[in-house]
Amino acid sequence: MKTDYEPVIGLEVHCQVRTRSKMFCGCRTGFGESPNALTCPVCLGHPGVLPVPNREAIVRTIQTGLLLGCQIDEYCKFDRKNYFYPDMPKNYQISQYDMPLCRGGGVTLDRFSFPKDAQDSPEASARKRVHLTRIHLEEDVAKSTHFDTTSGIDFNRAGTPLMEIVTEADIASPEEAFAFLTALRLILVQAGVSDADMEKGQLRCDCNVSVRPRGQKAFGTKCEIKNMNSISGVRRALAYEIARQIEVVSAGGRITQETRRWDDDIGQTSTMRSKEEAHDYRYFPDPDLMPIRTTDGLLEEARARLIELPGARADRYTRDLGVTEYDASVLASDPHLARFFEAAASGASNPKGIANFLLNDLLSALASSEKALSECPVQPADLRELVGLIDAGRINSKQAKEVFREMFETGAAPAAIVRAKGLEQVSDTGAIEALARQVIGAHPGPVQDVRDGKASALNFLTGQVMKLSKGKANPKLASEIIARMIKGDPLVR
Amino acid sequence: MSLPLESVAALRAQLRAGEIRPRDIVAAIRERVEAHNPALNAYVHTDWDAACAEADRADIALPLGGIPVAIKDVIAVRGQPCTCGSGILQGHRSIYDATVIRKLRGAGAIPAGRVNMDEFAMGSSNENSYYGPCRNPWDTSRAPGGSSGGSAAAVAGGLAVVALGSDTGGSIRQPASFCGCVGLKPTYGRVSRFGLVAFASSLDQIGPLAHNVEDAALILGAISGHDPSDCTSVDRPVPDFAASLEGGVKGLKFGVPKEYFIPGMDPAVERAVRGAIDHLAREGAEIIDISLPHTEYAIASYYIIAPAEASSNLARFDGVRYGHRAKDPADVIDCYARTRREGFGSEVKRRILLGTYVLSSGYYDAYYLRAQKVRTLIRRDFDRAFASCDAILTPTAPSPAFRLGEKLDDPISMYLGDVFTIAVNMAGTCGISVPCGFADEGGGRLPIGLQIIGRPFGESTILRAAHHYERTTPWHRERPPI
Repeated sequence: MKTDYEPVIGLEVHCQVRTRSKMFCGCRTGFGESPNALTCPVCLGHPGVLPVPNREAIVRTIQTGLLLGCQIDEYCKFDRKNYFYPDMPKNYQISQYDMPLCRGGGVTLDRFSFPKDAQDSPEASARKRVHLTRIHLEEDVAKSTHFDTTSGIDFNRAGTPLMEIVTEADIASPEEAFAFLTALRLILVQAGVSDADMEKGQLRCDCNVSVRPRGQKAFGTKCEIKNMNSISGVRRALAYEIARQIEVVSAGGRITQETRRWDDDIGQTSTMRSKEEAHDYRYFPDPDLMPIRTTDGLLEEARARLIELPGARADRYTRDLGVTEYDASVLASDPHLARFFEAAASGASNPKGIANFLLNDLLSALASSEKALSECPVQPADLRELVGLIDAGRINSKQAKEVFREMFETGAAPAAIVRAKGLEQVSDTGAIEALARQVIGAHPGPVQDVRDGKASALNFLTGQVMKLSKGKANPKLASEIIARMIKGDPLVR
Repeated sequence: MSLPLESVAALRAQLRAGEIRPRDIVAAIRERVEAHNPALNAYVHTDWDAACAEADRADIALPLGGIPVAIKDVIAVRGQPCTCGSGILQGHRSIYDATVIRKLRGAGAIPAGRVNMDEFAMGSSNENSYYGPCRNPWDTSRAPGGSSGGSAAAVAGGLAVVALGSDTGGSIRQPASFCGCVGLKPTYGRVSRFGLVAFASSLDQIGPLAHNVEDAALILGAISGHDPSDCTSVDRPVPDFAASLEGGVKGLKFGVPKEYFIPGMDPAVERAVRGAIDHLAREGAEIIDISLPHTEYAIASYYIIAPAEASSNLARFDGVRYGHRAKDPADVIDCYARTRREGFGSEVKRRILLGTYVLSSGYYDAYYLRAQKVRTLIRRDFDRAFASCDAILTPTAPSPAFRLGEKLDDPISMYLGDVFTIAVNMAGTCGISVPCGFADEGGGRLPIGLQIIGRPFGESTILRAAHHYERTTPWHRERPPI
């Protein structure tokens, strides 16, 4: 019998913390500047310099920890991680070893965080929580560029604050890894703690992966895939690596513990270095830095900045506002969109209708005019009013689209547009009755059909009334009146 | 014209009276240096034109206006070489000013000349220098002490008015004792370390070496204070040290620890220090016996903590960004290995190896962590002692200056010479060495130092005691034969 194997995956996510200045000096953080423009004696590791921690980076890391349900200890400290590498100005990295800022916590995987092709799988609707081991704060290293016979080092990135978010070996598939990273990235961006732009290297990921026969408790030998910088790349790399490991162990072979790199172009992982070459980092507390006491205002500041997580927000939209699950997840995934929606839905009787109009008409209008939501000429309150007019039967949905076009072009309020264009639906029973009488008189055949119970005939007659009213008649009312007149008065011809 | 180079106050009086200009002081020092530095090797770099230009801009209304200060080659002065007495930093010039330099300039002083030292402040004889040993002005066949040997020799030899040194395990006080000048190690955190090339970050402090206690107080006052660039500097008010010198020793209680008078110490040292203690008693101080029982573990734990921190601090010297770089390296590892092999001296290599070893996986708890615990015990010794006395009196060093080469092949004996000073750094408190007598050695005379150890941030008290001792004894007026 063929053994069934299951993968065990843990991730280490490196994420640049959004701050104006670097972790231990006053240099501006930035991307795309000319090499070494954003440097000073401190981040270049010149003789005699000392680090001064960036309070903002500490607060944002604690804030992240609180959002992810981590425990924040009273005392934390910075340690030195010693190893030689040209990217490291001091040949040690200031990091955190045994007293990190955050411990524990987790990220709940919602269905829409999974890749599109996996959203209908059972694991996508399991709402699994991936547990975190810790989050610590450290400084980023520089960037080497290799030429023919020399290398250049750009220290602009050196010293940028970096959060390392470490998961438990909790992840059971490449799709879950994808979902974890997607959900985590969303939280980081929404909380404003990181821009998490993977193209700029602001979010990077190391994957630890092993396989074991399903049901076995003990872990298999793991491999680490280093420095992944796209979420879909992580999924592909893990899928490849899991298949590779299963192939090796199924054939009776052994996995060698090693660090591997992923080549996205050829779609393969390959050996980078074996465990024997592993460093002894000689961690010790950085004597240049004092221990951090989180109760000295840091926790308080971080608490004041907490936001509602996207998952919780989507749940609230579905539960309290009746928005569809899909619409809720789209709205909650973008803080600007969510803010617009909440402003529009505030006090509205039909939030679901507002969500619908917002996600369809408003977003496509923005897209075709290449405008951002912040530049939207339609105010949330005006959108609420427009949907209110539809719901009250004062305009029909076709008219609503016309009104919206006008709102989007001029920024005018919907009621004013309706008045100015004379668009308001005719709901005056007398006026519709007069038109209905005219239509009934002109179409005896369909009238007989209505008497015989043919629904399509009633629609035809209603259409005729709409036509006579130049589209202004309330179609629902017109239909009711026609039906009543035909059925209630057999003498009508 | 002969200038009173041995007193900041006297120079300041002449400056303010308009009798001399700051550049005259620079010129007088230059004359002394040109005459005697070939014999002493105290200065390793001078730029007299730059010093004169700065002297001409000096505002003599400021507290140190127009006073040149010799700077140990481990403190960054923008545009000047900063080589830490090492081959690995040859060619390197600082691109910024240390905080103490900024403060000295703010007080009107002129950083003038860079003085010799043991490489990266590792040593007690100034023999571990890329530039060769500095020599003791009392006997040029002897060591000036270390690591701030250049600072002490320059001051004692009249080649500097005052100097900055750094003290990690006695590196200011021991050379002050050997050369017969005043040297003060401030409380850890009193003076910013920003711009001091780190040897052992948790122990290093910058401090003054001077001809007299008043000058040391003036310099200390100028360089002290909280620095936002150094989070280990302490945010507390800086007393006016120079103003609190008077007051004498009456009513002060001094503790004399029995552990600091050890078998094998030089009898002349014991005699001189006992004499100083008796003198202070006669001047009205109360003397009590105390115990600092963990002193005997100070050296052992120091030689774990200091090399551990040094092994990490010195990792940045790799030839990639500044200083020496090995020629035509095959690859980056070869570049690191040869740069460091060529650039560092043997004592520095020894300590990097020691430090790397004690921090290694599996050894950390047994060495580094345990040494930190011992350090806590040492600090508690001092806390307990200071509950019953205001200051502690000890010899600064167990012997007067030894001969150059005498201990070079015996690092342990060299390390043991710091037995009386190291515990002060381990406890993080302050200490001052003042001349308290002489030993007759082979026809010459060698200075002996009295160490006065104070409470954390108790510099005012030890300065006051040292000042009174100095005023009532003749030792500081003695001049070396050069």
